[in-house]
Amino acid sequence: MALFKTKQAVKYEKKHLLGIQDLSIPEIVHILNESQSFVELNRKENKKLGLLKGKTQINLFFESSTRTLSSFELAGKRLGADVMNMNVSNSAIKKGETLIDTAMTLNAMHPDILVIRHGDSGAANLLSRKVNCSVINAGDGWREHPTQALLDAMTIKMKIGKIEGLKIAICGDIMHSRVARSNIYLLTMMGAEVRVIAPSTLMPKEIGQFGVKVFTNMEDGLKDVDIIMMLRMQLERMDGSYIPSTREYYEFFALDYKKIKHAKENALIMHPGPMNRGIEIDASLADDINRSIIVQQVEMGVAVRMACLKILMENQS
Amino acid sequence: MKSAIINARIIDTKNNIDETGGILINENGLIEAVGKDVTKDNVGDIKVTDCQNKIAIPGIIDGRVFVGEPGFEYKENYTTLSQAAISGGVTSVVTMPNTDPVVDNVSTFDFIKRRARDKSLIKIHSLASLTKNTEGHEICEFGLLKLSGAIGFTDGVKSIQNNNVMDKIFNYAKNQNALVIQFPQDNELSKNGVINEGLIATKLGLKGIPDYAEHLVIERDLRLLNQYKSKYHIALLSSGKSIQIINEWKKKELQFTCGVSINQISLNENDIGEFKTFLKLSPPLRKEQDRLDLIDGIKNELIDIIVSDHKPEDEESKRLTFQTCASGSSGIETFLSLALEQFHNGNLDLKTIIKCITENPAKIFGMKAGSLEKGMPADITVFDLNKPWVVKRENLKSKSKNTAIEGKKLQGKVEKTYLNGKLVFEI
Repeated sequence: MALFKTKQAVKYEKKHLLGIQDLSIPEIVHILNESQSFVELNRKENKKLGLLKGKTQINLFFESSTRTLSSFELAGKRLGADVMNMNVSNSAIKKGETLIDTAMTLNAMHPDILVIRHGDSGAANLLSRKVNCSVINAGDGWREHPTQALLDAMTIKMKIGKIEGLKIAICGDIMHSRVARSNIYLLTMMGAEVRVIAPSTLMPKEIGQFGVKVFTNMEDGLKDVDIIMMLRMQLERMDGSYIPSTREYYEFFALDYKKIKHAKENALIMHPGPMNRGIEIDASLADDINRSIIVQQVEMGVAVRMACLKILMENQS
Repeated sequence: MKSAIINARIIDTKNNIDETGGILINENGLIEAVGKDVTKDNVGDIKVTDCQNKIAIPGIIDGRVFVGEPGFEYKENYTTLSQAAISGGVTSVVTMPNTDPVVDNVSTFDFIKRRARDKSLIKIHSLASLTKNTEGHEICEFGLLKLSGAIGFTDGVKSIQNNNVMDKIFNYAKNQNALVIQFPQDNELSKNGVINEGLIATKLGLKGIPDYAEHLVIERDLRLLNQYKSKYHIALLSSGKSIQIINEWKKKELQFTCGVSINQISLNENDIGEFKTFLKLSPPLRKEQDRLDLIDGIKNELIDIIVSDHKPEDEESKRLTFQTCASGSSGIETFLSLALEQFHNGNLDLKTIIKCITENPAKIFGMKAGSLEKGMPADITVFDLNKPWVVKRENLKSKSKNTAIEGKKLQGKVEKTYLNGKLVFEI
């Protein structure tokens, strides 16, 4: 039984998955429908399939990551691929080799799929033009993190049964967030009312033109929302004085029991992780099993990535 | 040996000439006569080149060019620059001091002067830096460098930030009657920025540079200039609002001049598409309205010169992510043709364009060039106003092929370039 019963699904036919911007609604529906079977598989005792047997998947991570990297690794392994994780801190990149040089070196080893995370926006696009295999963007700079948005949509769909018509607030460091951008594209496409809430110094210019409602205080922004998506404060990306202190940020923009009262009574909390407890979210609220669906997001992550790997591999053959 | 160009449409804005006629060149490579009276019948038995249906203008002066010598010879040297320049009808260039080492002292200046003399075909007019090593702290020897031949001073790709240093620069430059050229951009506001701040930056996930990073420096400089009344030129404008600021000060009769890159009046931020690194420029391409305002600025004579901002970058420096790649584009060869686009689309008249690339730069930089009057060196550019062609990287003569307009269809092409009366380029 497909996850979306009424929406048309069309298979994504492209070679790479670089951003939600490149997807259409029917393609998103198809990816999520595919993901559903993997959710069921992952809950079984025998989780292994042979769909990617003989295929090589390289996870090329230029930024440190625990959950996305392990999620992609597990997804590949469960589908039977040979998975290699490239730790860039040990690679020649640090010795001045360019991204393209590294890509060409890896390309010569004939991988079938490259999963890349990089601190520069557009890195995955650049790589995809230089290698023969498929490329999945696992996060590039501030631009996109497509599998995160897909897994978030999957989580919402599984939990609430729909995306269309929901009021969803994305809160926090919107400016430096690729998760925010990918989610804005996906959720607005799927018919949700998306709001962004951030101090104006962390709000990207002209974000309103993305079809979202812009708020600079939590009380107004959270009013009547169904879902609150908290973002991680990207403290390492800040090269100026965006906020005076994390203490002040906590007071005005962190999600706590007081602010969440403005949202719908049963509003759910999401977070792409890793969380800064006590900075953007109250510690006990983050663990509130009635509210937080953060664990489900992680679970959906593996399934969605399995679906993406499967689809791109099918496109190759 | 004497020679002549005949039957051309001759445009010399300085002498108010726009007529069909010829140019008589004497044995020393100087212009002897110009205008409708120079015809095949009255020049005698000399070599005559018929330029019917072509336009002859003073050799083009490009007011902002980067050469790789010394330090970046793999990007461009004087020989390759010359070849690129003459094929674009450019006979004189103003070179930037951003080399390695920086041109900030007399011995380095003398070195590049010798290199230019030995290797260059075209006329090289070099700028020295305003501050030592372009660090923005200690001012250079304006007087001695001027004696060596520096025609002006700029930190090139960098902007002087410290108010006190800028104050001293204006003050001392007045003393030495030195031309101060500023690249106007606030360092802190533009830090790590690679693109115009706004929707495109937000979409691509890149750090933007707000247009007021430019306004702040222009405002400050003009206030300081008002104290000293030194010779001051703003190298590049990118924002439409800068034109308003300039207009306000011009109304107060403050004397200074401004330049704009051909890129800024031909392209806008939308052309960057999906991370086209060849369109990463400094200052960044801005909105379409900015482009139109800059064109109006030229029309209203608030902008004096158009430059190619020719910045050759090798493949390796551009084959990187947008964030990390080098900025700038190679443009000297396509300079005139791209400028003519503004004529063909009705934005600017022909004389205004020509004035901004001949008469005006000659005046600002104090060159013996930019006009066709008797006694001037016969630096002449002959072009076909309507000839269509397509920009292809592989046809470029510059050592670096980083054109921002690859594949663009242009109308109008240089056919002959004369330097001191000698035909140095012809197609």
